[in-house]
Amino acid sequence: MQFPLTSARRHATAAAVAMVGVLCGQAAGQSMNDVQKAATERGLSTADLLAAAKTYTPSGMKDEYIIFSSGGHSGQVFVIGVPSMRLLRSIAVFTPEPWQGWGYGVGEEILAAGMSMGKENLWGDTHHPAISETEGEYDGEWLFINDKINARVGVIDLRDFETKQIIKNPLTVSDHGGTFVTPNTEYVIEGGQYAVPWGSEYAPISEYKEKYKGSVTLWKFDRKKGRIDESRSFAIELPPYWQDLSDAGKLASDGYIFMNSLNTELATGGIESGNPPFEAGASRNATDFLHIIDWHKAEEVYKAGKVEQIKGFPVIMLETALEEGLLHVTPEPRSPHGVDVAPKGDFIVVSGKLDPHVTIYSMAKIKKAIASKTFSGHDEWGVPILDFDSVLEAQVEVGLGPLHTQFGPDGYAYTSLFLDSAVARWTMGGSYGKGTPEPDWTLVHKTPVQYNVGHIGVAEGDTVSPDGKYLVSFNKWSVDRFFPPGPLLPQNFQLLDITGKGTDMPVIYDMPIGFGEPHYAQIIKADKLDPWTIYPEVGWDPHTMSLDPMAPKPKMERVERKGDTVEVYMTSVRSHFNPEHVTVKQGDKVVWRITNIERAVDAVHGFSIPVYNVNLSLEPGETAKIEFVADTAGTFPFYCSEFCSALHLEMMGYFMVEPE
Amino acid sequence: MKTSIVDSILGPRVSQKEQSRHSLRYGMPGFLLLVARVLLLVSLFLPYWHMDLHAPQYPDNLTLTAHINQLGGDVAEIDGLNHYIGMRSLKEAAQFERSVGVYAMILLVVLLEFASYVHSRWAVLLVLPAVLIPAVFLLDLHLWMSHFGMNLDPGAPLSNSIKPFVPPVLGTGVIGQFKTVAWPGVGLILASVASVVLLAALFTHRRAYLPLVRAARKKASG
Repeated sequence: MQFPLTSARRHATAAAVAMVGVLCGQAAGQSMNDVQKAATERGLSTADLLAAAKTYTPSGMKDEYIIFSSGGHSGQVFVIGVPSMRLLRSIAVFTPEPWQGWGYGVGEEILAAGMSMGKENLWGDTHHPAISETEGEYDGEWLFINDKINARVGVIDLRDFETKQIIKNPLTVSDHGGTFVTPNTEYVIEGGQYAVPWGSEYAPISEYKEKYKGSVTLWKFDRKKGRIDESRSFAIELPPYWQDLSDAGKLASDGYIFMNSLNTELATGGIESGNPPFEAGASRNATDFLHIIDWHKAEEVYKAGKVEQIKGFPVIMLETALEEGLLHVTPEPRSPHGVDVAPKGDFIVVSGKLDPHVTIYSMAKIKKAIASKTFSGHDEWGVPILDFDSVLEAQVEVGLGPLHTQFGPDGYAYTSLFLDSAVARWTMGGSYGKGTPEPDWTLVHKTPVQYNVGHIGVAEGDTVSPDGKYLVSFNKWSVDRFFPPGPLLPQNFQLLDITGKGTDMPVIYDMPIGFGEPHYAQIIKADKLDPWTIYPEVGWDPHTMSLDPMAPKPKMERVERKGDTVEVYMTSVRSHFNPEHVTVKQGDKVVWRITNIERAVDAVHGFSIPVYNVNLSLEPGETAKIEFVADTAGTFPFYCSEFCSALHLEMMGYFMVEPE
Repeated sequence: MKTSIVDSILGPRVSQKEQSRHSLRYGMPGFLLLVARVLLLVSLFLPYWHMDLHAPQYPDNLTLTAHINQLGGDVAEIDGLNHYIGMRSLKEAAQFERSVGVYAMILLVVLLEFASYVHSRWAVLLVLPAVLIPAVFLLDLHLWMSHFGMNLDPGAPLSNSIKPFVPPVLGTGVIGQFKTVAWPGVGLILASVASVVLLAALFTHRRAYLPLVRAARKKASG
């Protein structure tokens, strides 16, 4: 082995190698010599073998943590196991997905609810997933995800990992500051991004200051119904500063929302007319504004009816927000990205992409400054600006291009460094200081990552009790890490072991992501999730999460004609559909209900009809209804599109449409 | 002196004084019959038989569990698989036995109740049916399994690869990719213990009352 090893390392390596030996099974006559030989042949170092021992997950062993990752432009959510870094599935949200039948027979209604300005949107740009929380801890029941391109929010039920709701923000067309949840998931927060006139209506850019609006929307989550209740949701008007990432306060900062902004210069671009481009115009000032919003108070103001209806949606106007003292700002390093609340809620960490520091604000000082009106001035709209020095706790120089911060259990914080392509470990101060051997507010170590890291995720690292252990670096570029599958390269999720202290935080696994560019992801302890493996009863409608009284049942299969409508009641079970012949006349409306009556785990049946663009995934017990007009005459063999059994190919039938 | 038929069936009576002098001798048969009755009644609530079906795609195995009156476990899944080899639905098996099983058992327990008042050899007739419960259960199960296993639909999809078969009623067998493992349930074990207890009851019964019967006979003839 080429590495000089410290004694501790050597022991750890010996233990790891011994573990590999045990796992390989000495009974089969294998020994450490075989491990040594295989490692030598593949050019693996001791560090590699140790990383393998920490991550290799033999068949049947389950992962300790689960990542819910935004799927980027796939418009979906990815579910990944840690430490194996195996992709378990994607969850269809904003984009039709044939394996799950999403948009090919099921989910159409939900997808249609996300229509923007009367147009179909068949993709999404998912950025920030948020697991539902109880008292600031992930509770593993629900997952929310935003779509930046069209300002939408998806709601996923973590009993069956299926999307139950998509809502379209009526006020804006792009969002980035979401989704984040309040500590008991009272609200799902969605901050807008690029300012537009209300409802994305037309207004010339010359009227930017007058007509273009910023906003934050608080979607009320009804946990019992498992849906966002639009009738109890509201928004707050903000200056058109291009609000960015946000986070909800907790414990010491409960009741507040923190939200960055990146264009306090109110740049309107126009490079083609000789104006400074946005990239220069929007980063001219040394600072932008961190928004501090009192949502507890805002809720009272909304309930008191002090709102205007805009596009049919209640909005607390900026003027009202200022009168009621809901909104303050304070300077933050320019072009900020992440704003992250520390586990106890006492510190708020902001990274300015163009500033090598992380800036740490104290919640106690913020509250004091608000109470004593310690303002350094007001912005153009009259928003009070809290004096920077009076709310600042510390600044830590961490490196170039700091973006996002997550927290460990022991007083370390971790910040992604986009330009340095590294993850920084630094120490927190205050009550966290005792957890680390190093002095407070100090950079401890930087681990290089490959390359251009965006968000990072620590196991439960944005909750009130971070687990630490694992950190995943969600890298934008992979450059030379994998076989290049053409010029479109995969993103790279890198797993870091952060159980050690000080400089010990090695990269231990690389996972290519070849479906879209993920942004944020959350990592939850697997035992907090309790997903179903089959639906509770035969005839279950995943959309309503209840038994469908109309669901076809065994011995009740039939085809019924009612005027020009033909209703099919079909069951599927290994290895047949019943009925197998369905004949209609061209022009008939077809209402096709089908139930998978299986009770065995994984006994999924597909149901696909050629030409008609239908493919369903029917999990055991699931029922679905598809409706279409049989406008094309012909003979259409339908079949089960999941290889369900030895007689899978025989699991088919004929759909016959007689010509007029 | 001529004894009535009832008297001859009930056998000799034992005086209170004699009973208290030899309480163990005369008390034991009745006590053992009581134990057996309790065991049998308790067994009604417990499974009599289990079968696990092991196959690669069922890491948690499929299970079948038989009570006196019902068949539980993965019946629907097993039926689903059995349709490939042309076996009839398990729900059709032993319908009569399952519907009358509990009543029959209660009847047998009532017979045991009677048996404790009968001090003649007729007691054997009342006890013997209960002794045979485990054997009858297993025999009946075996007959149904052979009936189902040997009468497969020749038109079934897998009829050329799965030949008619009889899975062992206890122990292991193999059908296709499945290994079957069958073992007795707690109910059947209790019923078997009851059988042994009943045989012991008959033995103590004979020891207690046979001398009295002989003495009475001698007295009658002498």
